[in-house]
Amino acid sequence: MSKIIAASAIRGANKIVNMAEAEWKNAMDQFGSNQEVCFPETAYFLPVIYGILGIPVKKLGDMERIFNICKRLLPEIPAQHCHLPYLGPVLDAGMATLFAEEMHEAIQYLMHPDLYFSDEEPPEGKIWLGAANDIILRKRGIEFVDGTAPGFAAIVGAAPEQEIAARIAQELQERNLYVFMCASKNEDRFALQLQKAGMQLGWPVRLVPFGPEIYEAVFALGFAVRAAMSFGGIEPGDYRKILIYNKDRIFAFVLALGEVSEEWYATAAGAINFGFPTIADTPIPQILPTGICTYEHVVSNIHHSQIVTKAVEVRGLKVTVAKIPIPVPFGPAFEGERVRKEELYVEAGGGKTLAIELTTTLPLNEVEDGKTEVIGPDLDEIPEGSNIPLATLVEVAGREMQDEFEPILERYIHDYVNYINGVMHIGQRDIVWLRISKKAKEKGFRLKHLGTVIHAKYHEVFGNILDKVQVKIYTQEDKVQQLHSKAKVIWKQRDERLAGITDEEVDVFYSCTLCQSFAPSHVCIVTPERTGLCGAFSWLDCRASHRINPQGPNQPVKKENLIDDKFGQWEGCNNFVNKASRGAIEKVSIYSIMVDPMTTCGCCECVAVVLPLCNGLMTVNREYKGDTPCGMKFTTLAGTIGGGKQTPGFLGHSKFNICQKKFMAAEGGIKRLVWIPKMLKEEIKERFIKRAEEIGIPDLLDRIADETVGITEEEILIFLQQKKHPALEMEPIM
Amino acid sequence: MKNINEIQMYQQRFESQKPQCGFGLLGICCRNCALGPCRISPFEEGAQLGVCGANADTITARNFLRMVAAGASAHSDHGRAVAETFIKVAKGEAPGYEIKDEYKLLKLAFEMGIKIDGLKKEEIALQVGEKCLAEFGKQEGSLILTKRAPLKRQKIWTALNIVPRGIDREIVEALHRTHMGTDQDYLNLMLHASRCALGDGWGGSMIATELQDIMFGTPVPVRGRVNFGVLKENCVNIIVHGHEPLLSEMIVLAAEDPQLVQMAKDKGAEEINIGGICCTANEILMRHGIPIIGNFLNQEMAITTGAVEIMAVDVQCIMQSLPLVASCFHTKIITTSEKAKITGAIHISFTEENAFEKAKEIVKMAIENFANRKKSDISIPEQEMDLVAGFSHETISYILGGMFRASYKPLNDNIINGRIRGVAGVVGCNNCKVVQDSVHLKLVKKLIENDVLVLQTGCSAIACAKEGLLDSIRGLDFCGKGLREVCEAVGIPPVIHMGSCVDNSRILVAATALVKEGGLGDDISDLPAAGAAPEWMSEKAISIGQYFVASGVFTIFGVTWPTLGSENLTRYLFNEIENQLGGKWAFESDGEKIAQLMIKHIDEKRKKLGIDRARERILFDMEMRRQL
Repeated sequence: MSKIIAASAIRGANKIVNMAEAEWKNAMDQFGSNQEVCFPETAYFLPVIYGILGIPVKKLGDMERIFNICKRLLPEIPAQHCHLPYLGPVLDAGMATLFAEEMHEAIQYLMHPDLYFSDEEPPEGKIWLGAANDIILRKRGIEFVDGTAPGFAAIVGAAPEQEIAARIAQELQERNLYVFMCASKNEDRFALQLQKAGMQLGWPVRLVPFGPEIYEAVFALGFAVRAAMSFGGIEPGDYRKILIYNKDRIFAFVLALGEVSEEWYATAAGAINFGFPTIADTPIPQILPTGICTYEHVVSNIHHSQIVTKAVEVRGLKVTVAKIPIPVPFGPAFEGERVRKEELYVEAGGGKTLAIELTTTLPLNEVEDGKTEVIGPDLDEIPEGSNIPLATLVEVAGREMQDEFEPILERYIHDYVNYINGVMHIGQRDIVWLRISKKAKEKGFRLKHLGTVIHAKYHEVFGNILDKVQVKIYTQEDKVQQLHSKAKVIWKQRDERLAGITDEEVDVFYSCTLCQSFAPSHVCIVTPERTGLCGAFSWLDCRASHRINPQGPNQPVKKENLIDDKFGQWEGCNNFVNKASRGAIEKVSIYSIMVDPMTTCGCCECVAVVLPLCNGLMTVNREYKGDTPCGMKFTTLAGTIGGGKQTPGFLGHSKFNICQKKFMAAEGGIKRLVWIPKMLKEEIKERFIKRAEEIGIPDLLDRIADETVGITEEEILIFLQQKKHPALEMEPIM
Repeated sequence: MKNINEIQMYQQRFESQKPQCGFGLLGICCRNCALGPCRISPFEEGAQLGVCGANADTITARNFLRMVAAGASAHSDHGRAVAETFIKVAKGEAPGYEIKDEYKLLKLAFEMGIKIDGLKKEEIALQVGEKCLAEFGKQEGSLILTKRAPLKRQKIWTALNIVPRGIDREIVEALHRTHMGTDQDYLNLMLHASRCALGDGWGGSMIATELQDIMFGTPVPVRGRVNFGVLKENCVNIIVHGHEPLLSEMIVLAAEDPQLVQMAKDKGAEEINIGGICCTANEILMRHGIPIIGNFLNQEMAITTGAVEIMAVDVQCIMQSLPLVASCFHTKIITTSEKAKITGAIHISFTEENAFEKAKEIVKMAIENFANRKKSDISIPEQEMDLVAGFSHETISYILGGMFRASYKPLNDNIINGRIRGVAGVVGCNNCKVVQDSVHLKLVKKLIENDVLVLQTGCSAIACAKEGLLDSIRGLDFCGKGLREVCEAVGIPPVIHMGSCVDNSRILVAATALVKEGGLGDDISDLPAAGAAPEWMSEKAISIGQYFVASGVFTIFGVTWPTLGSENLTRYLFNEIENQLGGKWAFESDGEKIAQLMIKHIDEKRKKLGIDRARERILFDMEMRRQL
C-alpha cells in the first residue's frame, strides 16, 4: 500500500517545489538576485541545504541552483500498472521538499520579518518562534550530547481537543523529548491548543512552536542537520554521514495528527531520510519493513492515548525515567519552566527571605534512608502568596562517600528541584530562589516532595557512592538562620580546598570525553587550573565523577614526562589524547592557544581568538550576539572550530577559566586579553579584578576594549594604545 | 519457399534424436584421443577403464572441465570483444558508440589502480580498456576484479591456489589438463574447474558487464513488455538474437534514424519495431526497455509468425535451423559475427568501425523486406506481459535508499528480521527435455511464495517475465506476506531482473554487497542464499554454476547432470566440495523439490547466523546510542 504514500508524497513534493519556486521568482522580481537571504543568527545558512548539499545559500540568486537540483530529484509519479521502484525516488522527493521548504522559509523571513519571534520563548501575543538560532542550538544541543534530551517529536497538525494535546505534550516532556510544532488540522494547531490549555511554550520547557504551516517542519530537520555538523564535526555536504548521524543519535520522529495531506507526506518522506519515522493518528497506509529508519517507517491509526508510547517504540528509543512518587510530572523538560507571579502559590528566597541548601555527609547509622521531614509548616499550612524562609538540608551516608563529593551532590539539587512541574528553582547555597505554583499545590504537591525528589535522584545518579539519603526541610526563620551559620563554615572550607589546588601539585589531570558522542575526536583535559570549556566540569568534579563511575567519560590522565613547561605538554597527555581521539589528535598543549591547542567541541562557553594587529587575544561568550573584532560572531566561530577540531589561534574555554592562573599561560594569560564583550566583563568582574591585582595590573579590565569601543581591530587598537594596554608591549603573539 | 509443415522444428528434431546416448548423458564417453572413442560401462560388468587406463572419474571430470572451459570461453570471448570495442571507443575509432557512464568509468579506474588526475575521460577509458584486455592474456598474479570478493572468500581461493591468473591461461590450461594422458586425478581436475570458472565470473563476464555499462549506460529500472504479442503486424519487425549488445545497441540506434523511419512509413509500415530473443534481448531491455519476444526455445517460433522481416544474430545459442525455418517465410537471417556464420544465412560482417553503417544497412534491408510478407502467413500470438527490469547492482542500492541514503541496508535488515527469508539466484536456459519454462515457473513461484527474493538473468528471467512475475503489481500476487511487504515498500517486483547471462557477475557483486553491508556473516557462503539453473542446456551454464559454487553458493541444476557416471566425482561435487569452498552442487529436476532444497539451505544458513528466530526489538538508551 505504500505506493499510495509514494504517489502522494511525490505530488506533494511537486506542489511544494512549484510553490516555493513561484515565490522565489516573485522575490527575485521584487528584490533582485543580490538580495541577501538567511535564517536568524546562524552560521549554517539554510542548514538542510548547507548540510546535505554543501551549498551555502546567501543570496536570492543562489536559490536557482537549488531549484534545479530539486527538479532533478523530483521523480515521476508511480504508474498505475507495472510501476517502477519508488522507495529511493520518494526519499529523493522528500529531500527536494525540504530544500524547497527551506527556501520558502528564507523568503518568508525576507518578506515578513515579523512572522517569527526569534528567541527562546514567545512574548505575550506571539507564538511562532521560527528557526532556532545558533545560540539556542548550542545551548539545547548540549542536552542531546549529555543525554538529557534523547531526541524530539515533530508534531504536525493538531489533536482533536486541547486536553488531548496537553496530555500528549506532557507525556513527551516526561520522556525528556523536545516537541517541535507546526502545521494545522481544520484550522487548529497543536501549539495553539497547548497555549489555550495554559501551558508555557518555548525552548526552556521543550515545547517549541516553530510555525503555523507544514513547511516549518523543516526547522526541526535544520536543527538536526546543524546538530550533526556542530556537535558531530561533520563537514557540510557529507550528506551520508549527517543522515546516519541523525539516525543513530538523534531519536526523533514525526507525529502526524490529523488528515495527512500530500504536503505532509512529502515532508515526512524528507524526514525518513534522517531515520525519523512517522506515527499517525489516522488510518493511512503503513510502511512496516525496516531499513532507512531503525524500525518501521510509517505506523498509522494509533489512538492518542497510545501514540507517545508507540512512537518511542517505533523509533527504538529506550527512555529511562525513574518514576518518582510525587503528584506532579517530573523531568528535565520542565527545567526551564517559569512560575509567574499570578501563578505563584509560595516563594522562598529571591532576596525577600533567606533560602539555603546544603548537602552534607553523616555516619551511616545516623541517616535513615528515605526519611523526609518538614520542620515547620508545609504548603497546606502556608497561606497563598507567602514569602517563606526555607532551608533544605540533605544528609547522605555511604561507604564510598567522600567529603569532596558533597558540593557536586549539592549543586545537583538545583537541577532536580527544577525538574518538578510547577516548581521554579534558581541559585544554590544561600542564594536560592524557589517558587511553587498554585497548580502544583492544587495537584497535591508539598514541600516534603522536594525531599522525595532529591532522595530518588541521588539514589539513581549517585547510587554507587551513597547508600542512604535523608532530607530535612526547615520553614521556620530561626531554624533556617541556625543552619545558615553552620553551612557558611562548611562552604568556606570547601572554597578554600578548591581554590588551593594548583596544576603543579597534582600528578593526574582528568579527561572529559562526554561530548565524543557528538564530536568524535574531541578530548577535554581538565586540570585544577583549567576547568572544562563547557564550564560544567572542574578538576574536582572530574575526579569525583571518575570515582563515581570508573568506566565513565572522565578518566585520569597521567601528568608524566614533561615535554614543554610553557605550553603545558606532557607525553602522558599526548598519549592519552592520541588514543582517546583515535589518532585524530597527536599533541596537545594545555596552556596554549597557538601551539597544539586543545580541541573544541560545540559546548564551549567562550571562544578566544588571536588578534594579530593588537598583539593580543579577544574572547567572546555565547550569549553575545554581536560582531567581534575578529570579524566573526560567536556562532560562526563555534561552528568553525567546534566538532573536535584543533585550530591554532582559536580556543574554546569556560568563563570561569578566564580568571584561573593557567588561562592561556603560554601566551601571557589575561595580560593578552584586549577585547571582551561588556556583558561578560560584568559577569566576571569580581574575580577578574582579583586576578588582575595578583599580576600587578589592578585596572586591567578597564584597559580592555569591548563593543562600545569598537568591533574591528583598527578601532580597538587606538583605544588600547591610549590605555597603554600591556599586550602591546609583549613579545609578538604570532 | 518451403512449407513449414515439411521441415522439422526443435521438438521433432528432439524426438528424432531419441533415445539419446546413455553414455553421453552420464558423461562417461571419451573421444579425446584416437585410442578411443572409449566408454565406461555404468554397470559392474563391462569396461571400467578406457584404452589409456582412464577411469570413469577421470573421464567425467575431464568432460566436465571441458564444459567449464567452453562456457568460460564463450563469456570471456564476449568480454574480450567488449574490451576491444571499448578501446576503439576510447580512441574515437568506433562511431556510434560512446562513454555513457563516466561515474562508473572512474570507479572502475580507481579499482584498477589507474591514476586519473588530469586525464580526459577518453584517456582514462583507454587505460581501463587496455587493462581489462590485458586481464585475458595475463600470465601471473591474480585477476584484478577477484579483489572485489569478500576477504574471507579471497583467502579461501588463495589457500586452495585457485585464484585465476589470466582468463585465457586458465582456459588453455583446462584444455591441456584434459588432453590425453595429462591430469588424471579428478579432484585435481576439479580444482582447476573452479579456477577456470572463477576466471569467467570474476573475470571475463564481469569485465563484459562493467565495460558494457560504461559504454551503453548502467541499467536503471525500466518498464518493458514480453512475449510474441510485442511483434506488431503493422510494423517492420526486426529481431535481434544472440548475446552481445554491440550489435543490438547499434540496431536500436539505427531504427531511430529519421530517414529510415520515414522510409518504413513510405513502405506502408507504422514504425520500425525491434524485439529481442535470448540475452541480446535482455541487454537492450535492461538499457532501453526494448520488448522481448521470447527466450531460447522461442527462436524458431518467432519466425513462424510470418511477421519478422529480419532476424539478426551474433553469437551463442543460435540454432542452425534458423535459415531453414526462415526459408518457409520472407524472413531473412543475418549473421554478423566473424566467429559465428551459419550456412544459408546472409552474412554482414560487423566491426566496431562500421557498426552503425552496417546496422543501418540491416534496418534498411528489413524495411525493404516488409513488402515481401505474405499476409496469409501472418499469425502473431496475442500474449503480451508487462515487466520491470534494469536492476544493476548500482541501481539496487539507489532504489533502496535514494540519492542520499543509497545502500543495501534495507535488504539486509529485512533478511535479518525475516520478512525476506533469503535470496535466490535463478538463471539459465531452456531445455526441450522439459516443458518450456515450466520448471523455472514452478521453482520461482514456490520461492517467492516462501518469501525468498529471486534475482534473475538470462532466459530464466524471460520465462518468469512472460508469467507476470516481473510485473511490480502482478508479481505481488505470488508472494508470501513478508516479501510482499518489502516489495510494496520499495515498489519492486519479487523477481529482480539483473540482465543477460554475463550479468550473472552482477549477482556476485550484489551478494558481496550483502556481505559487506553487515549482519549476514562475512562471506558469500554465510548468506541465506542459493542458486539454480532448472532448465539449463549450455556449457556456459556449467561454467556459471561452477563459479557460483566456487564463490560459496549452493547451486542446483535441473533436467540432467553430466557427471552421474562417476560416483566419486558426483559425491565430490554434491558434498565434499563444500568443505573446500563453502558451496556445492545438487541435481534435482522437479521445480517444487528444487525450491524445497533451496529453502532448506536458506533456513540452515539463517540458523547459523542466528536469525532463524524473531528477535526482540532493541530499544536504545543513551549509552547504547554512544556505541553506535
